[in-house]
Amino acid sequence: MAKNKFEFEAPYLLLESKLDELRKLSVQLNTDFSAEIANIEKRLDQMREERYQHLTPWEQVLLARDVDRPTTKDYIKLLCSDFIELHGDRLYGDDPAIIGGIGIIDGRAVTVVGHQKGRDTKENINNNFGMPRPEGYRKAHRLLLEAEKFGRPVLTFINTPGADPGMGAEERGQAWAISEMLLCLSSLRVPVVSVVTGEGGSGGALALSVADRIIMLSNTVFSVASPETCASILLRDSKRADEMAASLKINAKSLYDMGIVDEVIEEPPRQYLLESTAFVQTLENSIKRHLDELCSLDVSELVELRYRRFRKIGKFNE
Amino acid sequence: MFNKKRGYIDLSNAKKNQAALDSEGNFSCPSCSAWISEAQKIQNNDFCPRCSYHFAVSAWERIHAICDENSFEEWDANVSSVNPLEFPGYEEKLAKAQEETGLIEGIVTGRGSIGGFDVVIGAMDSRFMMGSMGSVVGEKICHAMEKAIQYSLPCIIFCCSGGARMQEGMFSLIQMAKTSAAVGRLHEAGLLYISILTHPTTGGVTASFASLADIIIAETGALIGFTGPRVIQQTTGQILPPGFQRSEYLIKHGMVDLVQPRVEVRSLLIRLLNVHQGGNHG
Repeated sequence: MAKNKFEFEAPYLLLESKLDELRKLSVQLNTDFSAEIANIEKRLDQMREERYQHLTPWEQVLLARDVDRPTTKDYIKLLCSDFIELHGDRLYGDDPAIIGGIGIIDGRAVTVVGHQKGRDTKENINNNFGMPRPEGYRKAHRLLLEAEKFGRPVLTFINTPGADPGMGAEERGQAWAISEMLLCLSSLRVPVVSVVTGEGGSGGALALSVADRIIMLSNTVFSVASPETCASILLRDSKRADEMAASLKINAKSLYDMGIVDEVIEEPPRQYLLESTAFVQTLENSIKRHLDELCSLDVSELVELRYRRFRKIGKFNE
Repeated sequence: MFNKKRGYIDLSNAKKNQAALDSEGNFSCPSCSAWISEAQKIQNNDFCPRCSYHFAVSAWERIHAICDENSFEEWDANVSSVNPLEFPGYEEKLAKAQEETGLIEGIVTGRGSIGGFDVVIGAMDSRFMMGSMGSVVGEKICHAMEKAIQYSLPCIIFCCSGGARMQEGMFSLIQMAKTSAAVGRLHEAGLLYISILTHPTTGGVTASFASLADIIIAETGALIGFTGPRVIQQTTGQILPPGFQRSEYLIKHGMVDLVQPRVEVRSLLIRLLNVHQGGNHG
């Protein structure tokens, strides 16, 4: 079954296929089972939702990486009443792994920047699987400075396995491109809100996440390195990535408890992400609320609070 | 490894140190495989007499070599790591690193003088869990930079690191943002910040405070980059050219200001500090 990418969903998919059979049967026998089917469907949704409350960290990693997840472009379409994409870093090229532009949210002009994964193989090859090269970060950097110039708040969407690990990226200063983003965001004189919509992979994700508020969707992750990398380095066995996913505490709930993210928005099962009006409404309201709060602050206070927000993160003995 | 030529050093100079040679043993240079004795290594300022490979030096050796005698005063000496994620085996690794290095954590920070110029200085130690940056390293760097602002002093950091400390998870990743923000404050205060990238400087350290300095000096032959060469080869299958990600490659690609052998770093720092002070004009 091609659709069965998630083992934990197998029983629900099986039940769904049995329901399909029942529907066919009902036509063949010319008998109305619709009440029974509706009943089972309702029960199925309940079961699935219940299961989503008890996902393991590794299952959440798989969900965070789900290729069917809405991408930055989908969220922009959903949230922005008008969006104009802007291209290029003015230095070398235009990296499709990070998109950016300007638009209107809730009657307010904003700059939006986000990682852009593809929805199929062709798109993913074009977008380098959402792994930005230096020119992606430099495009984002340019757009951030533009946002600052015009006093526009910034909204970023995070979903990347990490920064591109290739030779060309190194040659053009990947580390320099990322650090310049961290520096720029940490003192940007406009509000910044980040939403983790999938995989928050290492420095390549952090480069867009130095924000006043970080919102995570409930089945997304943010990690210092991928569980596979950590397992291969620390346990010398990349197959033990599931163990690592638990030890690294990379899911939204853990990061909220650690004070690293500010809000977790409960996701519906993956099939209904954009269809669920309750989810979309909650996300929209949350972004609007954070922007309202942040826009009411004095600029120097805003920058000082952002500094302190990150300054206090870390655990040690004195 | 079979086609690598093993080079031999002319031992005539070292003959008189034969006793020391015998007692301390020989080892081969990790870069050119030449046989070297501990005595020769010390005599030669910690680099290989054949290929100039710079052997790792500890944070304290670095500070003693750079600072004026008895000028260094250490800060935050007792800030130590905890295990915030209760990561399996982390405490044991920390204890082992502490025992092997005699350090509490992977960086020493404080105040000292270089050629009479007062500075805030930090030196990372690659022997301490690969010089990885966790909460303590991030905190000590931020605190040192904030003190540089308080005392209006230039800040000099010797970097060497394998990247973020995985055992601290997101706490460690956030140190990249935290230290970069502190560099931002140094810049706002108009203070000079010099970073010296030594072998190896990779991952989250390169992609944060290390590459944000006013002046970036790379030590001769150092490996500097974001993704390490082994990972690049494994994930992309690309064959890396000789010298890839080395200091000499980086200056060619415009990423660093200067490449200097270790023995000349102190005199270069004195010249830079002098010019930054404005010279002696009337």
